Amino acid sequence: MGGTRTGRLILTVGAVVVVGVLTGLIYLAFAESVDAIAQPMTTWVPRSDNAELVHGVYRLIFILAGIVFAAIMVLTLVVSILYRERPGQLARQFHGNSRLEVIWTLIPVLIVVAISVPTFSAMAATSKPAPDDALKVIAIGHQWWWEFQYPEQGITTANELHLPVGRPVSITLTSKDVIHSFWVPQLSGKTDNVPGHDNHLWFTPTEARPEPYLGQCAEFCGLSHANMRFRVFVSTQGDFDAWTKATAAPRTAPTADLAKAGEQQFVASGCVGCHAVQGQAAAVGKIGPDLTHFASRTTLGSGIMDNNPDNLRRWLSDLDSVKPGTVMGEFLKGQPLSKDALDKLVAYLEGLK
Amino acid sequence: MATAIGAITHEKEGSGLWSWLTTVDHKRIGTVYAISGFLFFLLGGLEAVAVRTQLAVPNGTVLDAERYNQFFTMHALTMIFLAIMPMGAGFFNYFIPLQIGARDVAFPRLNALSLWVFLAGGFLLNSSFIIGGAPDGGWFGYAPLSGIQYAKTSGMTFYVVGLLTLGLSSLIASLNFAVTIINMRAPGMTMMRLPVFIWMTLVVVFLLILSLPVLTVGLLQLYFDRVWGTSFFSPSTGGDPILWQHLFWIFGHPEVYVLILPSMGIVSEVLPVMSRKPLFGYSAIVFAGAAIGFLGFGVWAHHMFTTGLGPVPQVVFSASTMAIGIPTGIKIFNWLGTMYGGSIRFVTATYFAVAFIALFTIGGISGVMHASPPVDTHHQDSYFVVAHLHYVLFGGAIMGIFAGIYYWFPKMTGRLLDETLGKISFWLIFIGMNLTFFPMHFLGLAGMPRRIYTYDADLGWDKWNMVATIGSYTIALGVLVFVINFLKTMRRPADAGNDPWGGATLEWSTSSPPPAHDFDVIPDVRDRDPLWYARDHNIAPAPVPEHLHIHMPPPSYYPLILGLGVLLLAIGAMSHLAVAALGVATAIFGVWGWALEPTD
Repeated sequence: MGGTRTGRLILTVGAVVVVGVLTGLIYLAFAESVDAIAQPMTTWVPRSDNAELVHGVYRLIFILAGIVFAAIMVLTLVVSILYRERPGQLARQFHGNSRLEVIWTLIPVLIVVAISVPTFSAMAATSKPAPDDALKVIAIGHQWWWEFQYPEQGITTANELHLPVGRPVSITLTSKDVIHSFWVPQLSGKTDNVPGHDNHLWFTPTEARPEPYLGQCAEFCGLSHANMRFRVFVSTQGDFDAWTKATAAPRTAPTADLAKAGEQQFVASGCVGCHAVQGQAAAVGKIGPDLTHFASRTTLGSGIMDNNPDNLRRWLSDLDSVKPGTVMGEFLKGQPLSKDALDKLVAYLEGLK
Repeated sequence: MATAIGAITHEKEGSGLWSWLTTVDHKRIGTVYAISGFLFFLLGGLEAVAVRTQLAVPNGTVLDAERYNQFFTMHALTMIFLAIMPMGAGFFNYFIPLQIGARDVAFPRLNALSLWVFLAGGFLLNSSFIIGGAPDGGWFGYAPLSGIQYAKTSGMTFYVVGLLTLGLSSLIASLNFAVTIINMRAPGMTMMRLPVFIWMTLVVVFLLILSLPVLTVGLLQLYFDRVWGTSFFSPSTGGDPILWQHLFWIFGHPEVYVLILPSMGIVSEVLPVMSRKPLFGYSAIVFAGAAIGFLGFGVWAHHMFTTGLGPVPQVVFSASTMAIGIPTGIKIFNWLGTMYGGSIRFVTATYFAVAFIALFTIGGISGVMHASPPVDTHHQDSYFVVAHLHYVLFGGAIMGIFAGIYYWFPKMTGRLLDETLGKISFWLIFIGMNLTFFPMHFLGLAGMPRRIYTYDADLGWDKWNMVATIGSYTIALGVLVFVINFLKTMRRPADAGNDPWGGATLEWSTSSPPPAHDFDVIPDVRDRDPLWYARDHNIAPAPVPEHLHIHMPPPSYYPLILGLGVLLLAIGAMSHLAVAALGVATAIFGVWGWALEPTD
C-alpha cells in the first residue's frame, strides 16, 4: 500500500472518504444542535435584524472552518499512512521547499482576508447608533436577577422583557454589583453589564410569537450565576401597548380575605424592605425585584421555575437550596416563614396581576 | 557510563533525601518539576472529573454551587500553573543544557530556588481547600467579583498570593534559561543550529519575562483592594473593573503561548527523528515561533470583545488575532512536510505528536472563528470557548507533553516505556479527549453558557453533557494506564542505551541517564542535527582524555532556605505581619549565605 501510484490514489481517496464521513456525522450533530425547538437557547436561529447580520458572518466562517478542518485531517491521515515505515522504504532527506512554503503562507493569509472582510462589514453595520425613535430599555444586572426599566413608559419590572415586533429597541446595560452579561441568543449576541459603565446594544425583533425567547446571564457572577435567566416576549404592537399600559399601572388590589391578610404579612415579614409594589404604600424597597405585577410573570426566581403557587411556596420556604447564595435566602434562614404566613403571602403574591 | 577516570567533582552526587533537597543539578531539578507537575495534573484531572460528574445530568447534585465554583477555578489554576508549566519546566531543565552542549544552566542555585518557590506556591494554593475554602472566582479572577465585598472568604486572597509566588518562580527560571541559552551554547552551536525545542523555550521565557510583571501589578492591586481597602477595581469608589481585565489579559494571552510553544517544540523534535528525516522548513518554524511570541502581545483584548470596548479596538484586536493564525498555520504545514516522504516509526511518542497536529488544528480553527467579534458575541462565555481552549491545551499542550514523555523517558531513566500499554493509553486518551470536548462545540452552539454549576432539562443540553462526562472518564482511564506503564517500566533494568531512537540532537550522545556532568567532552557542533551529521560523515566521537578536570557546582541548602522564606512571607501576607517578618528574615539569611558561600 502506498508503494505504487494506484496504491497512493486509493489511499488518498480512502482518507477523503473517512474524513468525509466524519465531517458528515459532525454536520448531522450540528444540525441537531441548531434546532430551536429542542434547543431553545440555540445561537443559530436569528430572529432580529442584528442577529441576521451576525448569522451571515457566522455561517460563512463555519463553512470555511469545515473546509480547513477536512483538508488538514485528510493530509494528516494520508501522510501518516503513506509514509509509515516499510522494509526498504528510505526517508527522503530534504530540508524544505521555498515555493511550497510561500504557497502555504499565502493560503492562510487569503483565508484570514476572507474572514475579516465580512466581519468588518458586519461590525460597521452593527455599530451604527440606534435610531432616535427606538424603544428605550435599561437592563441592570444584579446578583442574580435582571432589572428592566422602560423610562419612557414609566415601568420598572424584573426578569421578563416585553418588546414589540418590528420596532428597534435600544438597551442600556449596566450592573449594580459585579459584571453580568445580557445574552438572548436568537435576538442578539451578548454584551456585558459592567458596573460603573453604560454599555449599549440594539436590535429589531423580526418575529412575534407567544413563546418567549430565552436568555441567560453569560458572565460568571458568583454562586447563582447558573440561576440568572430571563425571558423576552416579542408581541404585536397592540399587545405590547396593552402590556405597557397594564404594567405601568399599579397593582391589582387584593379582594379575598386571605390575600388581604397576605398584604399585611408582606409588611410583617419584612418583604417591603427590599421589594416595591406600586399601590401598596409601604412597599417601596429597591433592593430586590419589583413585584407589582408578579403574578403576570411566567416564571419566578429569575427564570428558574414556572410561576405557580406550589413553586412559589417552595421558593419562599426553601430558597437557599433552590437558589444558593441570595440575600433573601440569608434573610429567610434567619426568620423562616410559618405555614400560616406562607399561605397568606402566596395568596397575595399570586393576585398581583 | 559512569564518570570517567579522573573526573573531579567536589562531592559525588548522593542519593538520599538531603542530596535532593540541596541539589543544583539541572537533571534532578527537572525530574522533581516533572513528577510534581504530573501529580498536579492528576489532581487537576480529579477536579475536572468532579465537575463533569456534576454536569452529566441536568440539576445534578454531586457538587453544590460553592464547591463547583471552587473546583472549576482550581481545575484551571492547577492545570495551567501547576501542571502544564511545571511539566514544561521539567523538560526545559533536563534538556536545555544537554541540547546546547552545556553541563548545567547559567545559575544552578537560582534553578533550585525556582523549584522550591514553585512547590511553595502549589502547596499554598491547594492548602486553601482546608483553610477557609479554595479560590472560587474563576482562574481569571474578574473584579469586582474577586474583591472582598463579593468574594468574602479567604479563597481569592489565596489566589492572589499563590499566583504571586508562582509568578516569582517562573520569572526566576525564565531569566535563568534566557541567559543559559544565549551564553552557554557549545562551540559551533549557532542560534540557527539550535534545536527547535530550545528556540521555543527562548520565546517562552521572553514572553514570561515581559508579561509576568503586568500580572504582578494587577495581583498586587487586587491584594491591596482585598486586604487594605483600596479601590483600584471597584466602581463605587472610583475604580474600574475593566482595568483588571486589561492587566490580567496582557499577561493571560502571552501565557497561552507559554503553554503551547514548548509542546510545539517537542513535536518539532519527535517528528523528524521518528520520520528519519530533517525538520521541514526549520527557519520558517523558528521565525513563526518568534512571530507568535511577538504578535501574542498584541491580541489580549480579544478576551474582552463583549465588554463594550467600542468598534475601533474590536477591529484592531480582531485583525491581530486573525493574523496570529498565519504563523501557526505555517507550522502545521511544516510538520506535515516533515512526515511527507519519511519512513515513520509509529511508536507511542509518534502517535501523540501526530495527534497534536490534528487536535491543535481543530482548536486553532475554533479560535480563529471567535477572532471575529460578531461571531464572538455568541461564542464568548459559552461552551464553544471551552471546546476551543481544551482542544489547544489538551489536544495541543498535553498531547505534546505526552509525546515528550515517551520520547525522552529512555534518556531520563534508561528505560523505554512499554509500547503496548503506551498505545492503549494513547487511544483511550485520544478517544476520550474527543468525546469530552468535541460535543462542547454543539453545546456552545446550543447556547450553553460557561461556568454554570447546573442547567435545566428542557434546553436540549442533556445528551452532549452526558457524552462529555463519559469522555472525561475515558481520559482518566487512559491516564491510569500510563501510570501503570510508568510503575511497571521503572521496575525493569535500565537498558535502553544512549540512543534508542536514532536521535539527531546532542542529548542522545550521552548515557541514559547522563552522568552528573552531562558531557565528558564538550562537543564541537557542525550542524543543526549534530548526531546525524556525524553519522553521515563518519565522524567518530572525540576521544575522552584520561583526566577530566570537570568542576561541577556543589550542592547548596540556601535555595531551600530562601524558598522557605518566600513561603513564610506569602503565608504572612495572608495572616500575620510577624510571619511575614519571619519570612523576610529567613530570606535575608538565605541570600546572605548564598552570596557568601564558596562556589568551588
